[in-house]
Amino acid sequence: MTPRVTFAVAARVLAQLRRDHRTVAMLIVLPALLVSLMWWMFTGNPATFDRVGGPLLAVFPSIIMFVVTSVATLRERSTGTLSRLFTMPMGKLDFLLGYALAFALIAVVQALVVVSIALYALDLDIRGAAWQLGVVAVLDGVLGTALGLFASAFAATEFQAVQMMPAVMIPQILLCGLLVPRDQLPGVLHAVSDVLPLSYAVDAVSSVAQGNGFTSGAGVDALVVIAFILAALGLGAATLRRRTA
Amino acid sequence: MMKNAVSCREVVVVRGDREVLHGVGFDLRAGTVTGLLGPSGCGKTTLIRAIVGLQAKVTGDVAVLGLPAGAPKLRGRIGYVTQEPSVYGDLSVSENLRFFAAVLGVPADDVDRVIDAVELRSHADVRVDRLSGGQRSRASLAAALLGDPELLVLDEPTVGLDPVLRRDLWNLFHSLADAGATLLVSSHVMDEASRCDRLLLMRDGDLLADDTPQALLDSVGTDDIEQVFLTLIDRKAGAR
Repeated sequence: MTPRVTFAVAARVLAQLRRDHRTVAMLIVLPALLVSLMWWMFTGNPATFDRVGGPLLAVFPSIIMFVVTSVATLRERSTGTLSRLFTMPMGKLDFLLGYALAFALIAVVQALVVVSIALYALDLDIRGAAWQLGVVAVLDGVLGTALGLFASAFAATEFQAVQMMPAVMIPQILLCGLLVPRDQLPGVLHAVSDVLPLSYAVDAVSSVAQGNGFTSGAGVDALVVIAFILAALGLGAATLRRRTA
Repeated sequence: MMKNAVSCREVVVVRGDREVLHGVGFDLRAGTVTGLLGPSGCGKTTLIRAIVGLQAKVTGDVAVLGLPAGAPKLRGRIGYVTQEPSVYGDLSVSENLRFFAAVLGVPADDVDRVIDAVELRSHADVRVDRLSGGQRSRASLAAALLGDPELLVLDEPTVGLDPVLRRDLWNLFHSLADAGATLLVSSHVMDEASRCDRLLLMRDGDLLADDTPQALLDSVGTDDIEQVFLTLIDRKAGAR
């Protein structure tokens, strides 16, 4: 791993994003719009919005980041830029970390927007600290990025990569506790949800929302999310192939 | 000074369940320009990818600058131009080159040198996807020139370029070779053969010939490299 290369990749990805207004709008505005839509749906039942609002702050950013990053390495494969980079002194982890770093910055802006709108415009009622909700939302965006990059390294074509979203993300959304609290799931499904990263992303947000801050409960969930982020990037780097058929 | 920049022995490559290179062997002398000629689909790109260390399922020996192909220590010492222009379309020429320079760890002023070398000064700040095909492939070539690599492996770098530009690029290739670099340039255009110090003629995953252009022409008694190709193919068929 070479920090010079990692930062060069991150700076380049950000420069490309700066030119791509539609993707930036999707990354930053869409989670806020979707949360607003949910608020509207539950105008007759604000207590429900208070219950699901928090978890949605975890789910929407991670899904959207996943979709955008899951084609990232494939795009570079099809244009040949990945081949060129692999003949240069660039580690596979440099490449993935560079992307993760660039999208982590986007995740910070995304979290600021979505958390501010949820708390101050939509009156989402939480007991914990707003900044902790923000931190967890950033982590969840980065989790989506890391899972997307892993899927991207795993898929052979962009066509395969877009199929990863329903295969990887939808089961996690169903089992993460958003629809049915995880402790009310059948035993086997509860056990499955215990090993899925999005469960911890949602647990962390829910803990903060219920007033259990980083020192009591949310902190452990946040650390598990960080562990999943690092594992996804590590596995992605291990899966990415310099030599291809 | 090492004599051979690239040395291949009995190189076999399998893609899927098909063998696409059937035991290719040759040497590239340091400081020369070698043309890799053959029809589309004959295995040129596969051979090139084996040399730069990106091809899977390679057996036999591929030694590059005295190391096994793909060795980590080779990264940055080889300039590689893929057939498709491998630059970012949504960045300008100079942004692309500054990025690759940062990855290579070469000084930023090298960017100006390579922009001038491929004559893209007037388009340095234009997004690559707004350039013509020829300009795009020159931007890709410029990236491969960064940091003065000892070996340049160029997969069809002159496709779609006008004759003046092609002549200029071939002059550039020779000046790089005079400065000590070794170049392997693939082409399916036979008329580029005369510009090379040596030629490798390929067909269906086999090497038909490995010689200087003049020796090849003399061996068949023609002044047309395409005729050399046809004669060698006929001789090979006859030998079977």
